[in-house]
Amino acid sequence: MSEICLQLKGSVITTFILELYHYSTSEFTQQLKDKINQAPAFFEQSPVVISLEKLENDPLETDLTELVSICRQYKLQPMAFRCEDARFIPLIAKTGLVHLPVNASRASIKEEVDLSGSADIQTPPVQNSVSKNSVQADQRDSPELRKNKIISRPVRSGQQVYAEGADLIILSQVSEGAEVLADGNIHVYGTLRGRALAGVKGDTSARVFCKRLEAELISIAGHFMLSDSLREKVWEQSAQVFLDQQTLQVEAL
Amino acid sequence: MAEIIVVTSGKGGVGKTTTSAAIGSGLAMRGHRTVIIDFDVGLRNLDLIMGCERRVVYDFVNVLNKEANLNQALIKDKRNDKLFILPASQTRDKDALTQEGVQEILSELAETFDYIICDSPAGIEKGAQMALYYADQAIVVTNPEVSSVRDSDRILGILQSKSLRAETAAEPVKEHLLLTRYNPQRVEEGEMLSIADVEDILAIPLLGVIPESEAVLKASNQGEPVIFDESADAGQAYSDAVARLLGESVELRFVEAGKKGFLKRLLGAN
Repeated sequence: MSEICLQLKGSVITTFILELYHYSTSEFTQQLKDKINQAPAFFEQSPVVISLEKLENDPLETDLTELVSICRQYKLQPMAFRCEDARFIPLIAKTGLVHLPVNASRASIKEEVDLSGSADIQTPPVQNSVSKNSVQADQRDSPELRKNKIISRPVRSGQQVYAEGADLIILSQVSEGAEVLADGNIHVYGTLRGRALAGVKGDTSARVFCKRLEAELISIAGHFMLSDSLREKVWEQSAQVFLDQQTLQVEAL
Repeated sequence: MAEIIVVTSGKGGVGKTTTSAAIGSGLAMRGHRTVIIDFDVGLRNLDLIMGCERRVVYDFVNVLNKEANLNQALIKDKRNDKLFILPASQTRDKDALTQEGVQEILSELAETFDYIICDSPAGIEKGAQMALYYADQAIVVTNPEVSSVRDSDRILGILQSKSLRAETAAEPVKEHLLLTRYNPQRVEEGEMLSIADVEDILAIPLLGVIPESEAVLKASNQGEPVIFDESADAGQAYSDAVARLLGESVELRFVEAGKKGFLKRLLGAN
């Protein structure tokens, strides 16, 4: 009789990683303040994972509770600590946040490979580099390789193409009145006359590339620009569009 | 096996029926057994353009509903014995068409004809989709103006997604662009899109350019497809298009603005 009231699902969430190198209250407060003042709205209420892997301080001399409260003061939402050093674990517990092991992402890749039952598991060096990158990068994109969707014919007026969880590559033109969407980047190796929406699920690092820009609309993670504005920047030539501090940038290629 | 060619455009009034009549007649004149089917149920026009309106007894829908057989409904052209017309019904609407019924008629025609020309109604709804569904080739009739070009683009999208060939992932429908009502003078003056503009937007091979011509209106009103008028530029342009459809390579004609005549220059007319 009872209806299902919950479900457990796997998901990848985009967050910022706050990587700490050394910590002193005044220094940290000042630098965090400067950083956030560059784009206050952008960071507001952003979830943050604090990474302690590169912290040089002695764990016992580091006041994590204070660190968390400074973050909250600047309207960040610290949600977890990531570190390898076991000495941090009781300190993290005190803050009430979660401890994430460093190799979590690597473990999950391994698991996926194992589950898929694929014969050749990736060789360790490749895996290492993947996980290293994922640690060093700002964690915007997931460590797995993004898939592509390739369209080789023109996308005509009234047609809509969506690359879910993938990049969209179009080897032909996109007509006026057509709409192309992707969770990742969009490449158009022809004239882009229709609408192109990249990062539709909020990936702000997504970009639109095209051989000839004559688009009706370009959007990245919800920030859009119409042809009138595009015309003033780059028009009828190859271009890329990307998001920089919440502003769309149009650049000739 | 007959080749099924749909003549389509999306937009109305661009010259689909004129083109169906001319191309169909042109193929027959070259010795191919050809039938032209009017898919514009409810707005029958092809019979008028072909000059056989008084000979329509049974129509497409009668055959579909098994009220008549194909031989009763087919009208043989008086000018060419290889040319036949299957007229639309004037008293019914597009809902009278069913996919199975259309398929049955097309496969029966395919046994005896070389070419089946499907004259599509305007729009992108059922009638137009029925006309293009079984097509092997498509002639997309476009006027050199923006709304016609956009509608052609739309219909090309439908050809790519809703035709039998698209649905069965067979070799795609072969697309041809036919530019009609082209006026080189007005292109030069910047009032009309040029051939290059349209080709650039639609990105399909050009089958022909039919110049804007009084001969077309005259031919329609007289029920004589313009291709029979060998003195008219539009008639000659359609002959060229038929030749290209059959794989010949023919140079484009009537695409340059004419030089001003001696007298006109003398009188200083601009």
